[in-house]
Amino acid sequence: MMFIKDELVGQVKAELDKMTNPVKLVFFTQEVECQYCREMRLLLEELVPLSGKLTLEVNDFILNKEKVEKYKIDKIPALVVEGNKDYGIRFYGIPVGYEFTSLVEACLMASTGESGLQPESKNALKQLNKPLQIKVFITLTCPYCPQAVQLAHQVAVENELVTSEMIEAAEFPPVAAKYGVMAVPKTVINETLIIEGALPEKEFIERIISSQTSNQP
Amino acid sequence: MPLNLKDLGIHLAPEGRKNIPDPTVLYDLIIIGGGPAGMTAAVYASRKRFRALLIAKDLGGQVLWTSDIENYMGYQYITGQELSKKFGEQMEANPIDMQMPDEVEMLKVEPGQIFRVKTKNKKEFTAKSVVIASGKRYRSLGVPGEREFLGKGVAYCATCDAPLFAGKDVAVIGGGNSALTAVNDLLKVANQVKLVNIMPNLQGDAVLVEKARDPRVELFLGWETVAIKGLDKVEAIQIINRKNKESRELKVQGVFIEIGLEPNSEFAKGVLLLNEHYEIIVDCSCRTSVIGIFAAGDVTNVQEKQIIVAAGDGAKASLAAYSYILNRGA
Repeated sequence: MMFIKDELVGQVKAELDKMTNPVKLVFFTQEVECQYCREMRLLLEELVPLSGKLTLEVNDFILNKEKVEKYKIDKIPALVVEGNKDYGIRFYGIPVGYEFTSLVEACLMASTGESGLQPESKNALKQLNKPLQIKVFITLTCPYCPQAVQLAHQVAVENELVTSEMIEAAEFPPVAAKYGVMAVPKTVINETLIIEGALPEKEFIERIISSQTSNQP
Repeated sequence: MPLNLKDLGIHLAPEGRKNIPDPTVLYDLIIIGGGPAGMTAAVYASRKRFRALLIAKDLGGQVLWTSDIENYMGYQYITGQELSKKFGEQMEANPIDMQMPDEVEMLKVEPGQIFRVKTKNKKEFTAKSVVIASGKRYRSLGVPGEREFLGKGVAYCATCDAPLFAGKDVAVIGGGNSALTAVNDLLKVANQVKLVNIMPNLQGDAVLVEKARDPRVELFLGWETVAIKGLDKVEAIQIINRKNKESRELKVQGVFIEIGLEPNSEFAKGVLLLNEHYEIIVDCSCRTSVIGIFAAGDVTNVQEKQIIVAAGDGAKASLAAYSYILNRGA
């Protein structure tokens, strides 16, 4: 295969075997595909056959306005990993290299609905009472980044007020420039709270909770 | 007559005990650090039925951030994250108490050769023996602007951040293998790379030095970086020639600091003998200058900083602590 190395296929299959409910990969591209749009579609076409519980839906970003609006997609390539419901898991840019694990993990979480967070974290997140949007900027050559991406996705699965976007900085230079991304991972929460580097779970959850409570009038 | 472990002060872990650290208990062994040395020490301690505690920031240490490993026996190829996970699973099967995430800030020897540690999270624990396996971390330059511009042009991971400097002029500080690897990563995307090394030569492997001989690489050998400047992000670095004291400003948008590693041995200063690199001095049985304190892995003066060496020394240190406790009696 082109993206998933032959020697990894067995391992990926074994991981995906842990899926319980079906997961739909809702992908956004356009008719004349950008380089990464095409590569990301090919990656997903390689991944889907590895589990009977995965399906792929390819949408046109220009033509399919309804879906674009439904999932609030603002750039391509974009992927929604949807289980029984939309947990708010988004991938902007191709999750290969170190981020491939994040994609597999997202499929498992969306399938089981289980975030895998610590009980204390789950409890703390119950305090959230308004929407929270997490953007995690990454590059594909960053070994520290999957930790940040997966943690953000876990939080999204745990609490329905949360959406979590992985953004591959090199594929979206204007977005990276807008947020001043000069080192990764960089996490931006609700456009204001900025975290440089990958935090451990406990600290990340604390930062999220304190950002929400301190914003209150 | 077989040894009665309880008489020797070695407690069998009661069944079903949770791995919750207990500040009121006098542990047989405290292991500081969760890299390959600390994790291996933990498995050995568990199998000896030590009442043991592991204090660590994370499980895996530097291995977590190592991409490809091809020299750990048993695996022709494994990623650092996978190997850390496998180490972690082995620890789960052989549990000891865990204080994590946390870091040791102070180590004290008390009367009766009892060791007390204080952690960043303000916890205190005591033990009859200690294995220090706290590893190393990236060294920082310690110049004005370095902290201020972290994530705003100052970077410590060239493979991670090189893609963000496409078409830009950047500086790499250092002259060893990590600096030369950074130059290579950056040459793929950046416009100009300025390599600034405090030493008058490059210390890296010949093959990497050759790769760095590129028209787009400008060498500043024997130059010290004294400041990183800019308004809200990096705009320049200030360098001074070590010989003639000439000062220059280099316009760059990124600074990659690749000056190697330093040991996490602050808490051992004044307690244990350290070498000139602040590494803990150990003998071939992982013994330090204080009886009852052992050390293993990258934090020690052992020449080879390798995962397999660290893991092996972790086992040695744990076993040395075991025989020390046996001979020490209650």
